[in-house]
Amino acid sequence: MAKVVAKKKEKTPKKKQTLGMKILTVLFSVVSIFYIAPVFFVVMNSFKNNGAISSRFFEFPNHDSFIGFQSYIKGMLYGGDPFWKTIVWSFFITIGGVFLILICTSMCAWYVQRSNSIVCKIIYYFCIFSMVVPFQMVMFTLSKTADTLDLNTPWGILIIYLGFGAGLAVFMFSGFVKSIPIEIEEAADVDGAGPLRTFFGVVLPIMKPTFISVAILETMWIWNDYLLPYLILDKSYKTIPIHIQYLNGSYGHTDTSAIMSLIVLSIVPIVIFYFACQKYIIEGVVAGAVKG
Amino acid sequence: MFRKPKRKLYFLIFVLPTLAAFLIGFVYPFFDGVYLSFCKFRTTSHTTFVGFDNYVQAFKNEGFIHSFWFTVLFVIASVVLINLIAFFVAYALTLGIRGSNVFRTVFFMPNLIGGIILGYIWQYIFNAILQNYGSNLALDAKYGFWGLIILMCWQQAGYMMIIYIAGFQSVPHDLYEAAKIDGAGKGQLLRKVTLPMMMPSITICTFLTLTNSFKLFDQNLALTNGAPGVVSGDGTTIYQTEMMALNIYKTFYANQNSRGVGQAEGVIFFVIVVIIALVQLYFTRRKEVQQ
Repeated sequence: MAKVVAKKKEKTPKKKQTLGMKILTVLFSVVSIFYIAPVFFVVMNSFKNNGAISSRFFEFPNHDSFIGFQSYIKGMLYGGDPFWKTIVWSFFITIGGVFLILICTSMCAWYVQRSNSIVCKIIYYFCIFSMVVPFQMVMFTLSKTADTLDLNTPWGILIIYLGFGAGLAVFMFSGFVKSIPIEIEEAADVDGAGPLRTFFGVVLPIMKPTFISVAILETMWIWNDYLLPYLILDKSYKTIPIHIQYLNGSYGHTDTSAIMSLIVLSIVPIVIFYFACQKYIIEGVVAGAVKG
Repeated sequence: MFRKPKRKLYFLIFVLPTLAAFLIGFVYPFFDGVYLSFCKFRTTSHTTFVGFDNYVQAFKNEGFIHSFWFTVLFVIASVVLINLIAFFVAYALTLGIRGSNVFRTVFFMPNLIGGIILGYIWQYIFNAILQNYGSNLALDAKYGFWGLIILMCWQQAGYMMIIYIAGFQSVPHDLYEAAKIDGAGKGQLLRKVTLPMMMPSITICTFLTLTNSFKLFDQNLALTNGAPGVVSGDGTTIYQTEMMALNIYKTFYANQNSRGVGQAEGVIFFVIVVIIALVQLYFTRRKEVQQ
C-alpha cells in the first residue's frame, strides 16, 4: 500500500521553460548568492587573523592572513567559559524543553478539548491570550518568580519554557484534536481502555504530524532564545546566544577572529538540523502559521 | 470519556503539569506585572502603590516616545517590504521555474539562525562596507534603520514565502480554468482570482510580520544596541535606533529607580500589541473569501 502511495506522489512533469522563466532562474541564482554571502563571509573570516578581518573583510585569506584553525582553538576557551559547556547546555535546554512541552501540552490539549468544562475553557482561552503578550511585559516578574522558586538552573528553566511555550502548543494540539472523530476514542473506551491507554495508544499516534510541527517551532524558538534564559539562568550557565552576546557586548578589546569561529560553530548544528529535517521544518512552519 | 468518580484524578494527570507551569511561567507573572506597574519598587519585597504615576512618567519619557515612533516607522517599512518580496518570490517559485526547490531552501535558511547571531553577522558586514566611506553603523541612525530593515527582509522573507507558496498551491485549479474560459487575461486572473483566494495567507503573513517586527529585540540589541545616542535638551540621552522592546529592557535594568516606569511601559507595549492584533485580524478577515 505504501508503495502505491509513493508512486502516485511522483513529480509533476517538468514545465517547458519560457524565456521569462529562464530569466527568473538566473535572477534568483544571483539573489541566492547574496543570500548565502553573509554566512559565507563569516566562515571565511574565521580563518583570518584579526588585522585582516578589520581592514580587508571581503578578501579571501592569503598566506599572510591565513591562520588555519587557530581562532577555533582560541575560541573554545575565549571569554572564560569553555565553549563546549555552552553547547551542551544549549542542547540540554532545547531538547529537554521541547520534549517536556510535547508530552505535557498534548495531554493537556486533549483533555481540555474533550472535557469541555468551564475550567478547561478558561485554560484554553488563556493559552491563546498568552501568545499575544510580549515578553518585556512579564520579564521582570517572571525572572523574580523563577528566582523565588529556585528555577534558575538548566533543569528549572525547562518548567518556565513549558509554561511560556504552552500557549502555542496547546493551541496547535487542540486544533488537531478537534478534527479527530470522537468515535475512535469512544470505541477504545468501550473496549475497556482507560483515558491513559486511549491517549497513548490511539490519540498520540494520530497526532504525529502535529507533534512534528510543534517540535520544530518550539526547537527554533528555544535554541535561539536569548532574553529569557539570560534573565532566568544563574550567571554560571550560558547558552549559545548568551555567550555570543556576552563576548561582543563586553567593552574593550574583543578578539574578532575567535568570535567569528564561535559564530560558525553555533551555526553548524542548525544547518545540519535544517538539511536533516527540511521537509518537516517547512511543513511545520505552514501548519503553525495557518493556526497561529 | 472522563467519568465522574475518576474525573479529578485524570485532570491531575493530564492537565496539572501544564497548568502548574503555565501559572508559574505566565499567569502569575502577568498579573503581578500589571499590579507592579502601579507601584514604585526596586525589588518585589518593597513596593509602594503610586497609582497612575508610572504611566504619566512613561508618557513623559522622551526616549520611550522616540522608540515608539522609531518602531512604528520600522514596522511599516518592514511589513510592506517583506510581504511584497515574499509574495512575488512565492509567485515566481510556483510557476515551475528550474531550481525552485534549491531557491526555496536557500531563502528559508536565515530563519533558523538566532537573532543575536544574525545581528552580529550583519554588524560585521555593514561596518566593513561603511568603513570604506569612513563611517560606522553607530554614527548615523539612517544606517541603523536601513540595516535593521535589510536584516529583517533577509531573515523573514523566506518564512513568509513558505506560507505564500502553500497559499498559491491551495488555490483550486478549476477556478483558473473557469476564469480563462470566461475570457480573463493574465492581469485579471491575478486580481480577480489569485488575490481574493490568497487573502487568508496575506492575513496570516501581515499579522506575523507585524507582531514580529513590533516585538523585535534580539536583532536590535545585537546590530546597533540603540546607537547613536543623542543628548537631548534636558540632559537625557536618546538612543536613535532603539525599538520599544529594547527601550523597555534598558529602562528596567539600566536604572533601578525607574523599574516601576519600565513595568508601566511594558503594559503599554502589551496593550498596543493586542490592539494591533485585534484591529488587523478584524479588517482582513472581512475581506476573505469563503471557500
